[in-house]
Amino acid sequence: MTEAHAVPAVEAAALAPAGRGLWSDAWRRLRRNRAAIAASVVLALIAVAAIVGPEVAPHAIDAIYWDRVDAPPDFANGHYFGTESNGRDLFARTLFGGRVSLALGIAATLVSLVIGVGWGAIAGFIGGRVDAIMMRTVDILYALPFMFFVILLMVYFGREPLLIFVALGAVSWLDMARIVRGQALSLKRREFIEAARAAGTGTGAIILRHIVPNCLGPVIVFATLTVPQVILLESFLSFLGLGVREPMTSWGVLIADGARRVETAWWQLVFPSAFLAATLFCLNFIGDGLRDALDPKDR
Amino acid sequence: MLNYTIRRLVGAVPTLFLIIAISFFMVRSAPGGPFDRERVVPAEIKANLERVYHLDEPLWQQFLRYMGSILQGDFGPSFKYKDFSVTELIWQGFPVSAQLGGAAVLLSAIAGVALGALAALNQNGRLDGILMAGAMTGIAIPNFVMAPLLTLVLGVYLSWLPVGGWGDGGLRQATLPVLALALPQVAYVARLTRGSMIEVLGANYIRTARAKGLPERLTITRHALKGAMLPVVSYLGPATAAVITGSVVIEQIFGIPGIGRYFVQGALNRDYTLVMGTVIFYGVLIILANLLVDLAYGLLDPKVRYD
Repeated sequence: MTEAHAVPAVEAAALAPAGRGLWSDAWRRLRRNRAAIAASVVLALIAVAAIVGPEVAPHAIDAIYWDRVDAPPDFANGHYFGTESNGRDLFARTLFGGRVSLALGIAATLVSLVIGVGWGAIAGFIGGRVDAIMMRTVDILYALPFMFFVILLMVYFGREPLLIFVALGAVSWLDMARIVRGQALSLKRREFIEAARAAGTGTGAIILRHIVPNCLGPVIVFATLTVPQVILLESFLSFLGLGVREPMTSWGVLIADGARRVETAWWQLVFPSAFLAATLFCLNFIGDGLRDALDPKDR
Repeated sequence: MLNYTIRRLVGAVPTLFLIIAISFFMVRSAPGGPFDRERVVPAEIKANLERVYHLDEPLWQQFLRYMGSILQGDFGPSFKYKDFSVTELIWQGFPVSAQLGGAAVLLSAIAGVALGALAALNQNGRLDGILMAGAMTGIAIPNFVMAPLLTLVLGVYLSWLPVGGWGDGGLRQATLPVLALALPQVAYVARLTRGSMIEVLGANYIRTARAKGLPERLTITRHALKGAMLPVVSYLGPATAAVITGSVVIEQIFGIPGIGRYFVQGALNRDYTLVMGTVIFYGVLIILANLLVDLAYGLLDPKVRYD
């Protein structure tokens, strides 16, 4: 780890001798973690299915079959997961819903990443009064019942996909800010920061080029764990009828519809729920695996 | 400790102010009002209605008026539930929500700690594997999926339990909602307990207890569990918040007459005062829960000093 701090970590990964740098070490440890690798494979399969599945499925997502409303799964007619209450193919819709859920999860995580990393790095590096004010703000925001505000936002300002992921991203950056601040605090006393200062690098450039890249490990781990949280929040909203709107769909929307008909049409709840649960399961495993791989102290 | 409590309560004032301000301005700046219906109300009547509820005043004046009445413990009249004040509605729903949420938090703490400790004592054994796989599943299945699944199995196929309603909150009616609400938290707590228990079991004071010949059962219950509980206690704050949020959905699914239902109904009906009342009430609950957790933490961990 020590030599990796002399230069930004990303460059260090390229410069370090094979098998010695932080990143190649982490990669080696991660490859040994069978659960994390299996989870990555499953997640990749789900992602590929969500991306190409709706295009190659036997039925279109919005084709309505009036003669097959609430039909159980049947391989003969291509409704692998059955149909829903409007006679649309559940297989295609589940995969399409996955596309929306995953995209929203990743987009919202990126929003929280940008806000959280920026906020934490600035607070931690500048320190003093700026730090006190910024982190006190985080403390106050932390105590707010955010889910209720998001619900209000959705009720009153419509259910635009853009608004949904900005709102979800905006509520999940607080932990990220705290983590990055902690890292920035310990980094700013290091010699290579002093060297950068002595060389006349400005504060903004130091934060961007030296602080942020060196926080990357914990940030990646936390981002991996944020994606499932955001997907969960999105499906929570959809469940209350506040998520994405028709003709779009998401796992949350499908689950909500399925839950209403669980007594007569179990497949409408079980298939979307299985996809959602498998995705959350995999992301949690990958997050844990990355943490073990990137943080050897904690093993 | 009294000083610390007072300081924390004072520190909660800006948070509370923010909660009130955000919910007030968000609700008020939204398009559409509580008196917009399909039926067009004559202009004079609408003006009259707005005057009665002070909706014709400038926004900042309404805000000050609202703050003033909150300070007197008055959340105003509900716009939709005529003849009821918001305070009355909240107090009507609170006992039910408190039973549901309290039972869920209690269950997640007790079952979570017990299962986590069991897993830690069998570290890397078969029981550990089964329990931790179960915990992972519990974390991955959100409570609004758990609720219909449990209903399907226990309520519909096996017909052991009623599938909805609350009645007087008896055991039979409460079991499904409490389980659905608690299971994800049980899973989190179990994982936490297992981790901290494994750490504690390797600590010196446990070795001392064993070396002096203390029976294993007492070593675990008197020494190890107490140390292993610390992270669990600090998690109970976020757990309470998660249970409160989750109860909104669970009350909706099972048709339970608690505060969560009023919140959702209020939001959908643009019942301004009811929505703000419930959000503020939830905010206060979460702040108090966090304070209680921090105080309990101090009682358990002698290293923590309040000064």
